[in-house]
Amino acid sequence: MSKQTITVTVNGEAYTEEVEPRMLLVHFIREKLSLTGTHIGCDSTSCGACTILMDGKSIKSCTMFAVQANGKHFTTIEGVAQNGQYHPLQEGFKEEHGLQCGFCTPGMIMRAIELLDKNPNPTEEEIRWGISGNLCRCTGYVNIVKAVQYAAKKMAEAPKEKGALNEV
Amino acid sequence: MIPAAFEYFTPSTLSEAIALLEEHGDEAKILSGGHSLIPMMRYRLASPEKIVDINGIPDLEYIKEEDGYLKIGGLTREVALEDTPMIREKYPLLYDTAVMIADPQVRNLATIGGNIAHGDAANDHPATMLALGAEVVATGPNGERVIPIDDFFLGLYYTALEPTEIITEIRIPVADGNSSGTYKKMERKVGDYATAAVAVQVTMNGSGPAKVGIGLTNVGPTPIRAKRSEELLVGQPITDELIKEAGKLASEDCAPTADLRGSEEYKRSVVSVLTQRALKTAFERALSS
Amino acid sequence: MKCKTSAEVGGMGHSIKRKEDARFLQGKGQYTDDFKFPGMLHMKILRSPFAYAKILSIDSSAAMELEGVLAVVTGETLKEYNLHWMPTLMSDTQMVLPTDTVMYQAQEVAAVIATDPYIAADALELIEVEYDPMDPVINPHTALEPDKPILRPDKEGQTNNHIWHWETGDREATNKIFDEAEVVVKQDIYIPRIHVASIETCGCIANFDKINEHLTVHMTTQAPHAIRTVLALVAGHVGLSEEKIRVISPDIGGGFGGKVPVYPGYVIATAASVLIGKPVKWIEDRSENLQADSFARDYHMTGEIAATKDGKMKALRIKTLADHGYTDAAANPSKFPAGMFSVCTGSYEFENAFTEMDAVYTNKAPGGVAYRCSFRVTEAVHAIERMVDVLAQEVGMDPAELRLKNFIQPEQMPYKTPLGWEYDSGDYPMTFKKALDKIGYDELRKEQAEKRARGEFMGIGISTFTEIVGAGPSKDFDILGIKMFDSAEIRVHPTGKAIARFGTKSQGQGHETTYAQIIAEELGLPAAHIQVEEGDTDTAPYGLGTYASRSTPTAGAAAAMAARKLRDKARKIAAYLLEVSEEDLEWEPGKFFVKGAPEKSKTIQDIAFAAYTNHPQGMEAGFEATHYYDPPNLTFPYGAYICVVDIDKGTGEVKIRRFLAIDDCGNIINPMIVEGQVHGGLTMGLAPAMYEELIYDDEGNILTGTFMDYLVPTAVETPAWETDKTITPSPHHPIGAKGIGESATVGAPPAIANAVVDALAHLGVKHVDIPVTAPKVWQILKEKGVAEA
Repeated sequence: MSKQTITVTVNGEAYTEEVEPRMLLVHFIREKLSLTGTHIGCDSTSCGACTILMDGKSIKSCTMFAVQANGKHFTTIEGVAQNGQYHPLQEGFKEEHGLQCGFCTPGMIMRAIELLDKNPNPTEEEIRWGISGNLCRCTGYVNIVKAVQYAAKKMAEAPKEKGALNEV
Repeated sequence: MIPAAFEYFTPSTLSEAIALLEEHGDEAKILSGGHSLIPMMRYRLASPEKIVDINGIPDLEYIKEEDGYLKIGGLTREVALEDTPMIREKYPLLYDTAVMIADPQVRNLATIGGNIAHGDAANDHPATMLALGAEVVATGPNGERVIPIDDFFLGLYYTALEPTEIITEIRIPVADGNSSGTYKKMERKVGDYATAAVAVQVTMNGSGPAKVGIGLTNVGPTPIRAKRSEELLVGQPITDELIKEAGKLASEDCAPTADLRGSEEYKRSVVSVLTQRALKTAFERALSS
Repeated sequence: MKCKTSAEVGGMGHSIKRKEDARFLQGKGQYTDDFKFPGMLHMKILRSPFAYAKILSIDSSAAMELEGVLAVVTGETLKEYNLHWMPTLMSDTQMVLPTDTVMYQAQEVAAVIATDPYIAADALELIEVEYDPMDPVINPHTALEPDKPILRPDKEGQTNNHIWHWETGDREATNKIFDEAEVVVKQDIYIPRIHVASIETCGCIANFDKINEHLTVHMTTQAPHAIRTVLALVAGHVGLSEEKIRVISPDIGGGFGGKVPVYPGYVIATAASVLIGKPVKWIEDRSENLQADSFARDYHMTGEIAATKDGKMKALRIKTLADHGYTDAAANPSKFPAGMFSVCTGSYEFENAFTEMDAVYTNKAPGGVAYRCSFRVTEAVHAIERMVDVLAQEVGMDPAELRLKNFIQPEQMPYKTPLGWEYDSGDYPMTFKKALDKIGYDELRKEQAEKRARGEFMGIGISTFTEIVGAGPSKDFDILGIKMFDSAEIRVHPTGKAIARFGTKSQGQGHETTYAQIIAEELGLPAAHIQVEEGDTDTAPYGLGTYASRSTPTAGAAAAMAARKLRDKARKIAAYLLEVSEEDLEWEPGKFFVKGAPEKSKTIQDIAFAAYTNHPQGMEAGFEATHYYDPPNLTFPYGAYICVVDIDKGTGEVKIRRFLAIDDCGNIINPMIVEGQVHGGLTMGLAPAMYEELIYDDEGNILTGTFMDYLVPTAVETPAWETDKTITPSPHHPIGAKGIGESATVGAPPAIANAVVDALAHLGVKHVDIPVTAPKVWQILKEKGVAEA
C-alpha cells in the first residue's frame, strides 16, 4: 500500500515522515522518531504503557494510526521535563517512590498530567479511577497515588509550573 | 500485534465520506474513535482493505439541547459526556454510563456514535439509549433518516445501519425536572465489559413514574429493553415489592450466556439485583430533583 | 532502626531516593526493545491453534516470496543443527520448534525473519501448516489414566504422563500421629495457574558477528550469567564458545520469575542471527507472553492436620498433584523438583509432617516458574494458612487464638522444622500481636457479630506466614549444576569514588541504590559516590541472578563481605599512613583513627588515594575486592497479615475494606524501598486471590490469553495497603537482612481467602478456592439461601 506523508509536532519539534497507513502511532514514535520512552505492554489497549498527550489529552498511542496524527501536537515523556527541571509529577514519582521497574512510569506520568490538568485537587479515589487505564505490576499503586498527590500540592503552591505542557 | 495493510481515506465532508463508502462497499470500514476497530485489526480479526477516517468531518462533535431533544453529534467523544455539566446534572444516566466505559484514555478518543454503531451488546451506550428512548440519526446517500433506538439493534454486531450510512447524531428527548436515571454496571475490573449492567431512566408523576426506560447490557445478542418491568412500574406507586418484581421480570426477559464472567443463572440474578438498585437510585434522584 | 551512617553517607536504614529513577522518569530507560542495531532484522513467531496435533506439513514458500522476508525457520531447519530441542532448567526437554507434533495451543511452530516487523507479521499469515488435531490431555487428575495418550513418547521409559514423584518427611511417624489424633481436618485446595505478566514482555536481540564468531545478546533475563552458560552448553556444537558470548540484560520491565527461563524465542532468534550474520530482534506480544511463557503454580493440594481437641497442632500431611504442561520447565534448584514447598509447616510447631507430590504432563504451556515468590513457597503458605483456619473452625477456636497457641516461640530459634529446614530467626507472637492491636482485632470481631445479626457478611482473614528465601547454600542448591552463590566486585577509584558490579540483576528492586547503601554502610563512602552495575556478563562477576528474593541474602551479603575485605586492606594502609600498628586503629564509618587520639585519622577517601599513590611496600596496589558469597543457610522472612472484607450479597462481590501487612525481613537497607516492595507484593498477592487465572477449556484452548480476560488489577481494585514492620535480624547474614521482594505475594492470598471464608463460616462454609470471584461467592450465597435476589 502506498505510503502517506504526515507532519506531526512532538515535544515542540515538527517531523515530516512517510508512513504506511497501518503503522501504529506508538511504532511511529518509537521507531521513526526514536523516542523509546513510550512503551508497549499489551495488544489490547489495556495497559496504558503507551500513553502520550495529543493536543493535551492523554491517549493510548497503540490504538491510533500514525496517519491519524497528521497535523497534531504530541507530548511524550521525553518532553515533560522543561529547561532541565523535572515536572512536579516526575519529582513526585521520585520523592514518593512511585516507580520501580520504570516500564509503566512514562505512561502513568503522561496520564497523570492530564488528570491534574482537569482536576488539580483530586481525591484519592479520583486519582485511582483516573489512572485506571494504566497497569503497574511493581508498586501496588499506593506510591503512585502519593506521587500524584505530591504533584497536585506542588502545582497548587506554584501554579506557574503547570503551564507549559498543556499548551502543546 | 500488527494490522494488515489498508488504504486510508480522510474525507473532509460528510458527502465525501458517504461517496467513499458507496464506492468501496464491504471493503471499507469507518474509523471514528477506533477503539473497537483498531484492536480487532491488531488481532487481525478484522482486516478491512479501506479505512474511511471520518474524524476530519467538521461539526459532528457537539452536545446541545435543541427542539425538545438532547442532541449528541456522532463523533462526540465519551469524555465530553463526563465534562459537560449539563449532562451530569440533567442526564445522570449518560454520565454514569460514560464514566464506566473502558478507561480515561479510551474515553478521550472513543465516540458515542461508534459505541452504538458497533452493534455490540457488551458496549454500554446501547442499553442506555434504550432506556432514554433515543433516536439514531443516520446519514447516507439518500440523506438523513431517523431510526428509533428500538429498531436499531438487530443482532450480534448487526444494526439497522446501512454500510453506506454514518451515525451523525443521537437524539434523546429532553429531560424535565421530574426525570432522572442511573447506570449500574457490574464488571470484573475497571475497563472490562459488563458482566451485566442496567440502565434506568424514569420520569415521575407525583409519587409514581409516568415513564420508565430500562435497558440491559451484555445479557443477550443485542441490548435488551426490559419491557415487562417498565410496564409493571408505570403509573404505580413505588413499593419495594414492585421494584423487586421489576427486577425479577428483567432477569427473566434477558438472555445471557455463560462465559468467564459467570453462569447464565448468575447473570440473570445480577440483572435482577442491579435493576432493583438502579430503579431505587433513579427514583430517589427523580424525586429529589 | 537506628542508622550508623549520616544521611550524606546514606548507609543502611536511610530512605534515600533511588539512583535509577532519573532515567526512568525521563523516558531514558534502556529496555531490550529500545535497542536498535544497523541491519537489524525482526522475528515473529507462528503459533499453534491446536493444543495437540500432528504437523503434517509446513509450506513457507508464499511467505518466502514476500519482499523483505529473509528466512522462515522451522523445526526441520533447527534439526539440521540439532537445535530443535533444548533442556529445561529442570533437566526435562522442550521443543525450540516442533518437527512433528505440537503440544499446546500457542506453541511456537515457525518463525519469520524479515527486515521489518510489519512484513514479518504479514508473512506469518502466508505460512500454511497442515495439522492433524488429536484429543488433548487437559485435566491433570485424569492424565495418568491408561486410555490417555502418552504425551512424551520421546522420553525414554515414559509409559504414562507421570513426570516425577517427590516426598519429604517421615511418612510412618506422621501417619501414626494422624491415626491417634483427636481431631483430623482435611481440605482440597487448588492454587490456580497464573502468569507473572510483567508489563514488559520478554524478548531479545541476538547479534552474531560472523567474522569474530562473537555473539552478543540483549535479553530480558533475570539471570544473564546462567543464560550465557546455558547458551554455551546447548550451542557449543555449532561453534558458540562461552568467552565469545556476551549476554546483556539491560533495564528490565519487571521480572517476577517469568524472565528466568530460556524461551524458545531466544534460541530461535540466536540461531537465526548465527545463520544470517545479522542482529535479530524478537519481542513478544502480550498474548504470546500470557499464552506461551512459563506459567506459575497450578498445584492441586490436599492438606490434612492432626490436632488435639483444644487446637494444638501435631502433624501435617499434604498431597499434591502438579500440572506442568507438556514439559517441566520450572526454574527450581536442581535437587528440589517442588522447590521449597516443604516449608509448608509454616510458623507452627508440629511434631511431624509429611508431604508428597506427583507431577504430570498435560497439553498446556510448560512451566512451573515462580510468580514473585521463592520456589513454590506461595503454594506451601497457602496450604498451611488455609488449613490452620480449617482447623480453627473445626475445633471452634478463633483463628488468631489457634495461631498464638501453635507458633514456634522466639526462644526456639534457630528452629529445625520436621521437614528439615532451620529457621534462622523470628518472633512470631510479637509480630502477630502487633498486627492484632494495630487493626483492632477484637473490635472487628464485635462488628462482625453485629453485622451477622443483621444478615450482612463481613470477614476477617489472617495469614501469619514464614517465607524461605535466599537460595542458597552450595551444599544443596544448584541450577544445572551451577552452585547458587552470588557475587560482588567493588573497585574504589583513587579519588574515593567506586564502581560495584554484581551477579544479580535488578528488575525494579532498586539495586543501584540498595547495594550502594550496603557498601556505604561498610566503608563509609557516600552511596551517591558508588556506581552499581549489573547485567553485563562481560563485566560483572558470575552470579545466578535475581529471583526468589535472593539478591539481598546472597549478592547483598557479597557486597558487605567484599567491602569488609577492602576495610581490612584500608586498615593496613591507614596504619602505614599514620605510622601506628593496626591494633591501635579504630574504625568508624568512613575513617580509621588512632585509639585515644581521634584527631589522628585517615578517611576512606584518603586511604583509597593512598592505595594507588602511597601504598606500603610489598602490598598490592589498588583498592578492589571481589567476593563470592555462599550463604550458610537460607533466610526466613515472615509476616502477620490481616484482611477485612465485606461481601455484597446481591452480586457476590468481595470488597477489601482494610488490609494490614506487618513484615519482618530482618535489618532494612532502605525502608522506602522495602515498603514499596511490600506494596507491590501485596498487589501480586491480591491478583491471584481475586482476579487472575489462566483458564483452558476442554479442548485446550486458552480462554484468558489477553489482558482483556487475564485480569491484572488496576488502582481501583487495589486497596490502600497499610504496612508496618518488626525487625528480627538474621543471625547468619553479614548485615542481618533477609530479603523482602516476595513476602507479601506469598502471605497475602491466604489472608484474603481466609477473610472470605470467615465471612461465610457461620453458614458452614469451610473453604473457597482462589481466585475468589464474585460468581463463586454468589454461588455459595445462593446455595445457602442468603443471596439477595
